[in-house]
Amino acid sequence: MYKSQDRYQRNSNTLNQKDQDILAGSHVAVMGLVGLGGGVCEMLARTGVGTLTLVDGDVFDISNLNRQLLSREDLVGTSKAEAARKRIKGINSSVRVISRDVYADESNIDSLIEGSDLVVDCLDTIDARFLLQEAVQKAYIPLVSGAIAGVSGQVTVIYPQDKGYELIYGRKTHKKQDKKAGQPYKGIETQTGNISYTALFVAALEASECIKVLLNRGNILRNKLLIADLWTNCVEVMDLV
Amino acid sequence: MILIDLKLFVTLDQYLPRNNEAYEIPEGTTIKDLMDNLGIPAEIVKLIFINGKKQDKTYCLQHRDRVGLFPPVGGG
Repeated sequence: MYKSQDRYQRNSNTLNQKDQDILAGSHVAVMGLVGLGGGVCEMLARTGVGTLTLVDGDVFDISNLNRQLLSREDLVGTSKAEAARKRIKGINSSVRVISRDVYADESNIDSLIEGSDLVVDCLDTIDARFLLQEAVQKAYIPLVSGAIAGVSGQVTVIYPQDKGYELIYGRKTHKKQDKKAGQPYKGIETQTGNISYTALFVAALEASECIKVLLNRGNILRNKLLIADLWTNCVEVMDLV
Repeated sequence: MILIDLKLFVTLDQYLPRNNEAYEIPEGTTIKDLMDNLGIPAEIVKLIFINGKKQDKTYCLQHRDRVGLFPPVGGG
């Protein structure tokens, strides 16, 4: 066991002891442990968030190795949630980890986010994102959201009173094409795939927004959308309202 | 005629015209007109930003507007 002040020595003076105490007392739920979620939970654990709920019902596939930080060749076929728990405990044993090897759906989503101070949307369908937003707003919990496609990504922060995803994806009913085919509504990433450095770039922005929301500090991306395109090095913050 | 700075993101870049940073269009052109003229299918544009602020397809473009069009991005 290491002393807390030694572990977080290089966080100072960006984060002071009071900030570290707030983070240590905070509980963040990371929904989805694929490209974004693997990066987010690692960065939050290293920064000093005290409790992490880590949710994903999937197992690793060989196609995850191109980008998912938690994936390894020897873990193909095993639980992502369990891999995340082991990795986080290996990085920072003082973090309390609640790993949930389930897919979030209407029947369990309220219990998955219960007790969290903040939820991070790292999910990979737009349907699931709307479901999560509905649940966190009902529970009065802020939501940090990131999404990627190819070398492009976006990040926003949604508070309980906000319109949130409706401003980004349109009304929830705008999914008729996929619904007809019985498929979940996904974005343009079905054509572009997802690249490792885009995932970790956007994961870092999500982790940064998490720390800002927990500490109530800096310019939070509320009602704003940070958009990045790495082919053109374009990074812009847009006003959604 | 007026000039706009046009950026098309992710897969929309296939519709990007030459001289996109000083793209010439007739006065009175709306975003919908612009998309029609460039052959961009309406259903794949989810977000329209003019000078960093969200707008809709009826917006009438002004000289030197910065225009960004985005498809839905939802991957994790």
